Amino acid sequence: MLELRDVIVSYGMIDALKGISLIVEPGEIVALIGANGAGKSTTLMSISGVTGLRGGTISYDGEPISGRPAHEIVKRGISQVPEGRRIFAGMTVNENLEIGAFSRSKEELSEGIERAFSLFPTLGERRKQLGGTLSGGEQQMLAIGRALMSRPKLLLLDEPSLGLAPIIVSRIFKIIREINEQGTTILLVEQNARAALRLAHRAYVLETGKIVMQGKASHLEKDPGIKKAYLGE
Amino acid sequence: MTYPRILNNKFFNIVWIPCWAGLLVLPVTGAGKAIRIFAVAVGLMFLWRLSKHDAFTTLRNAAAEKISKTSAVLMSFSRYAESPLAAAITLALLILLPVFLNDYYRDIMTLTGIYIVLALGLNLIVGQAGLLNLGYVAFSAIGAYTYAILSTKFGLSFWPGLVAGAATAAFFAVLLGSPTLRLRGDYFAIVTLGLGEITRIILNNWDSLTNGPNGISQVGRPVLFGYVLHTTLDFYYLILLIAIGTVFAMKRLMTSRIGRAWIAIREDEIAAETMGINTFRLKLLAFVLGSAWAGLTGVFFAAKMAFVSPESFTFFESVMILCMVVLGGMGSIPGIILGALLLITLPEVFRDFQDYRMLAFGVALVLMMVFRPQGLLGTAKGK
Ligand SMILES: Nc1ncnc2c1ncn2[C@@H]1O[C@H](COP(=O)(O)OP(=O)(O)OP(=O)(O)O)[C@@H](O)[C@H]1O
Ligand SMILES: [Mg+2]
Repeated sequence: MLELRDVIVSYGMIDALKGISLIVEPGEIVALIGANGAGKSTTLMSISGVTGLRGGTISYDGEPISGRPAHEIVKRGISQVPEGRRIFAGMTVNENLEIGAFSRSKEELSEGIERAFSLFPTLGERRKQLGGTLSGGEQQMLAIGRALMSRPKLLLLDEPSLGLAPIIVSRIFKIIREINEQGTTILLVEQNARAALRLAHRAYVLETGKIVMQGKASHLEKDPGIKKAYLGE
Repeated sequence: MTYPRILNNKFFNIVWIPCWAGLLVLPVTGAGKAIRIFAVAVGLMFLWRLSKHDAFTTLRNAAAEKISKTSAVLMSFSRYAESPLAAAITLALLILLPVFLNDYYRDIMTLTGIYIVLALGLNLIVGQAGLLNLGYVAFSAIGAYTYAILSTKFGLSFWPGLVAGAATAAFFAVLLGSPTLRLRGDYFAIVTLGLGEITRIILNNWDSLTNGPNGISQVGRPVLFGYVLHTTLDFYYLILLIAIGTVFAMKRLMTSRIGRAWIAIREDEIAAETMGINTFRLKLLAFVLGSAWAGLTGVFFAAKMAFVSPESFTFFESVMILCMVVLGGMGSIPGIILGALLLITLPEVFRDFQDYRMLAFGVALVLMMVFRPQGLLGTAKGK
């Protein structure tokens, strides 16, 4: 479904990604874990077309998408929940969702809003509330709901657990599984490796711009190196 | 972690880009003027940046609380002003009052109307799409001269002239916006500033077409059902009509899907991009529409004066219109109208202090950008 091959991304003189390759198959949850500054967000931003590549290719459904503008990539069915949620603070919950459906028609909009509210009932109770006044957990839900508005086939999630209490994290992760079971493929970036590996089918480990390990999530979870570096055991 | 793009080299940019552009126009403008203009530009760009900087939020919030009490009163008044009854009374006053006033007051009201329309047009660019435009009045000049030339050389009448002026301004906006709006950062501000100066220089020097500094006179007056508009009252009513039309058009635009997408871009451009918004195209659209409005206003101006000359379209006009938008409240129609009213009428009241006018505007702008970036009545979040 999605394939990155030898992707290089640099910011000025610094190479943030030094040639990474990864694959996401339809229906999967794939986790991408790594420490601060490993290049996880950069990977997602380059898939979304926000950041340009210096080398390598990204293809989706067998077609190259690297170099295509971000709005076109959303249209093709890849949507991102960016790191830090990036809710439009001055807009209401409803308006945020509407923006999420920008690439869609009006009929699909109301359908999508219903879907978002059934997935996140708390949002439904707060339709008219300003995005900036929502709690962290609610903002994360809104960010996910907003990204789903474009009806993506592939959803990119960047650290959905960031700054949330454990109980909220497990609720969000449950919803992510639900979204996946309803047919959306997921590429999940996480620092919370334990939760991510438990949720994902497969995982990649990114270290300073390089993929250093990959495999089934259940295998990685037992790997001594991973345990030491990412699971704190 | 998120990386504040604001910091990426940009503090460097606001100094060296204007310097570089300054050197380019130096031979034509002369040293003193170039330095003054570019000092103001650097200052404005710096403030613009500052007003978006997180570090200021705390300071700003503290001050904003005090100011917002005053604003709340104003805002509830402006909400009241939108009720049908109040609107009807206002409209009746706007129509009847000038009948009893002399030419001086009618002219000031007409001028205010012109600036309201200009400020509403600029708001699309600055307030809606979040682009700092430092040469807005150039598009007015383009509209005014388009009509003046077509009218005097080819006898084009006013109504198609309005369209021609707006279209020419829009055309130049596309030409200028297509390359620059793809770039992030401060290039747009500087390019528009450069355009403002270059337009004036061309108008001043292309004698065969523009008649240089002497300007073009005997520009055709508007004709309506065989009646030639010529009194101060005629033109007042015409601009009133244009202003009302503009307010309605802007209202429609701002509450449309596109209007909301503009707000998204202004609030968080990267998030907007990942939502599937074609940010480049929408920014270009805001720039082109806003410029078309400037062009249209320019045509009106040329027809009212029956004369155009380069000195009506200086950098400081652009700054003043920018002040109206920022002062009144980016993104808020009543706010912008208030801004225009204040900036036109107050200086008329304090005529004796003419010399300090620019200074006062500058101070007001600085205070506004730092302490209440959403303006007196604005709703936009100062991000
Ligand atoms: N806009 C930018 N300009 C310059 N350097 C950047 C930019 N964005 C990221 N970087 C650099 O690229 C590298 C990878 O950053 P990235 O944000 O992808 O890491 P990450 O794995 O998402 O980290 P975190 O877990 O902290 O979010 C870092 O060294 C960072 O400093
Ligand atoms: Mg990150």
